[in-house]
Amino acid sequence: MKRLIAALAFVVAASLGLPAAAVEPDEVLADAALEQRARDLSHEIRCVVCQNESIDSSNAELAKEMRILVRERLVAGDSDQQVLDYLVARYGDFVLLRPPVKPGTYVLWFGPAVITVLGILGVFFFLRRQRRPASAVQPLSAEEEARLARLLDSADASDAGAPAHAQPGQSQKDTAERS
Amino acid sequence: MIAELGHFALILALLTAVVQGSLPMVGAARGYMPWMSLAAPAALMQLVLVALSFAALTYVYVVSDFTVVNVAENSHSAKPMLYKVTGVWGNHEGSMVLWILILALFGSMVAFFGGNLPPSLKARVLGVQAWIGIGFLLFTLLTSNPFLRVFPAPADGRDLNPLLQDPGLAFHPPLLYAGYVGFSMAFSFAIAALIEGKLDAAWARWVRPWTLLAWAFLTAGIALGSWWAYYELGWGGWWFWDPVENVSFMPWLLGTALLHSAIVVEKRDALKIWTVLLAILTFSLSLMGTFIVRSGLLTSVHAFATDPERGFFILVLLLITVGGSLLLFALRAPVLKPGGLFAPISREGGMVLNNLFLAAACATVFLGTLYPLFLEAIDGSKVSVGPPFYNVTFVPLMVPLLFVMALGPLMPWKRADLAGVFARLKLAALGALAGAAITLYLREGWPVLPAAAMGLVAWLFVASLVEWCERIKLFRAPLGDSWRRARNLPRAAHGMTLAHAGMAIAAAGMIGASVWNLEEVRNLRPGESMQVAGYDYRFDGVEQIQGPNYLADRAQITVTRDGRPVAVLTPEKRLYPVQNMPTTEAAIHTTWVVDLYAVIGDSDGRGGWAVRIFHEPLVPWIWIGCIVMVLGSFVSLSDRRLRIGAPSRKAKAVPAGGHPAPAE
Repeated sequence: MKRLIAALAFVVAASLGLPAAAVEPDEVLADAALEQRARDLSHEIRCVVCQNESIDSSNAELAKEMRILVRERLVAGDSDQQVLDYLVARYGDFVLLRPPVKPGTYVLWFGPAVITVLGILGVFFFLRRQRRPASAVQPLSAEEEARLARLLDSADASDAGAPAHAQPGQSQKDTAERS
Repeated sequence: MIAELGHFALILALLTAVVQGSLPMVGAARGYMPWMSLAAPAALMQLVLVALSFAALTYVYVVSDFTVVNVAENSHSAKPMLYKVTGVWGNHEGSMVLWILILALFGSMVAFFGGNLPPSLKARVLGVQAWIGIGFLLFTLLTSNPFLRVFPAPADGRDLNPLLQDPGLAFHPPLLYAGYVGFSMAFSFAIAALIEGKLDAAWARWVRPWTLLAWAFLTAGIALGSWWAYYELGWGGWWFWDPVENVSFMPWLLGTALLHSAIVVEKRDALKIWTVLLAILTFSLSLMGTFIVRSGLLTSVHAFATDPERGFFILVLLLITVGGSLLLFALRAPVLKPGGLFAPISREGGMVLNNLFLAAACATVFLGTLYPLFLEAIDGSKVSVGPPFYNVTFVPLMVPLLFVMALGPLMPWKRADLAGVFARLKLAALGALAGAAITLYLREGWPVLPAAAMGLVAWLFVASLVEWCERIKLFRAPLGDSWRRARNLPRAAHGMTLAHAGMAIAAAGMIGASVWNLEEVRNLRPGESMQVAGYDYRFDGVEQIQGPNYLADRAQITVTRDGRPVAVLTPEKRLYPVQNMPTTEAAIHTTWVVDLYAVIGDSDGRGGWAVRIFHEPLVPWIWIGCIVMVLGSFVSLSDRRLRIGAPSRKAKAVPAGGHPAPAE
């Protein structure tokens, strides 16, 4: 239990709470355009020790280091993509809050679209079946009628309130049709 | 002594649940009335026992009885009384007891108000409720007993996580749970209908109010949690697409779908099988929401119970509930007869589209939340799924949803004339244009996408009002006539207008918050100012204050605009010494159109402090919209036709306050 509390405290401390929040004044770049690029990029990068938090909003030590790293790369003249590539080389795909599109993530990226398309198809066929007027339904064949009667019979028999007198007549008809 | 009584009551509740879950079920199968009628008193008994147990737990918290492990670990004698009481559910064990209490409450409501239900259906619904109760009671008693004692008792407790010592979060869990557990009603009715093999409009009339009630609670719970994150975590965001948020959002999405499909079942006897499936899935996701954060699969601040034994129990419980109910669905759904036919362009068709987009949105969140776990289990590679993912997958699904949401209420049942519907929406189209134009005018640099989004929201808002105005013939008939019509309009119609308009308001807030928020951080010495979005923020200084169980640095920031005073903000940085944990308390001034949001950071040691200012346009609308939606639900719930169990149109003939007569 103690370990649990300690772990919880750690998780909380690592992910939330610390009052020295996010980007600090000393990190801000003098060049406003570069700083804006840094902020936009920071939203895409995960603080790798936090719970699903971008380095822009995280206050962990590591997030601060990563923010400074991003700014250093930008000042050195890297493009946005180069900065991301640099971070992926260091920390793996885990660092990207927008996961890369690769075979392992096809399900993730295309799943929603596939599900939506399947849903639309399902709805389409459902509605088409709905539109068919009731009169267009083929009447039951004699054989189907007979089967239906048998089914209803057995269902009625298991039901408590089945009218008993209906049964003999129907089964007679049933046998008549079968013969 | 009191703790033992609570423990004992919980065990008795389990035994009662076993009786309630077995005999009435057998009775219903054999048509044996005395066994069926056992269900209602058993459900009431359960409520009494669980309430007793909960009261005992609350008592040991209130008197700070540190011989109880749970209290010693989660409370402190110096904690304010409010948080002693809310601390009961601020931990894993206590929150399970709260969950069970709410479940018992819902069960007893069926027992109490369900006089007009067919006896076998009532017995089965209560039986299924009892099965859920057995699972949770077993889990609590075997793995998460809140009544265990400790010897020797510590001199004082370890205190509640300071982040949870906040009015917003104190009431977030009960509301969320009321939502989750509320969906158990729809689930129990669905399972009972599958066993029964019968599902009709009367069934839907029962399920609808319960679903609406659950939905209202869940909406309020999610909104409260989001509001808390917004003002307490101090980085100006209100939704993070964190797994913990996602698991509460998924039942909301499917629950919203269920709410609408149940209307189709009630009015038109169609979409029955789909509605049953939705009811099962919604509750399954609610269970997941309760449990997955505790199973250790997803770690977060909410994960108070990451312990393998509990995790295993939880997975087994989930597997039995979800697997079992889906199996039953597969076996029995074909028994349900398909119902009324309708044309694709009709109110029903609109609801089908609503269900399509909501279900797809839910599937998207599901993938985004669980796929990383799956991928890691498969090939060990780790990916992160964050806001950028949802912006390109989830948001596009909301666009057609909001668009169709404006059309649906204007379409009649069975068959609608699309051209006619659009003709009635001229005003909404004008509203959309106006919304987009205003956005373009107010914001520099042609923000085309945000303008389109604001246009869409305005479209929905105006369309919702147009529908309402048409129904009461506003401006087309004398005002007195309109007033009479408004009074005669079913409450459910008012409720729908409110809920749809509230959604539009909230959506506008969400768009504003994600597109136009500004953040400035500056190191300021007392007397220095900074300017953000036309407002001047003068930093006056920091003073130390002593709270009931914390120390704080409180900053004072005077906000002016063009020299005129606007507000004085006092953000705090607190330290809770018992857990040695710091928290930030943001200071927010709202003009109802924009939030001015200030956070105080660290001192640089030379007299300067990090001052962080957020300019948050339209954020207040998110909460206003949610409040309007919840209000709409309750207005709708007060509708006579929906009044729990009112079975017939002749309800008016029943004397006011009396029980509706049983079905004729």
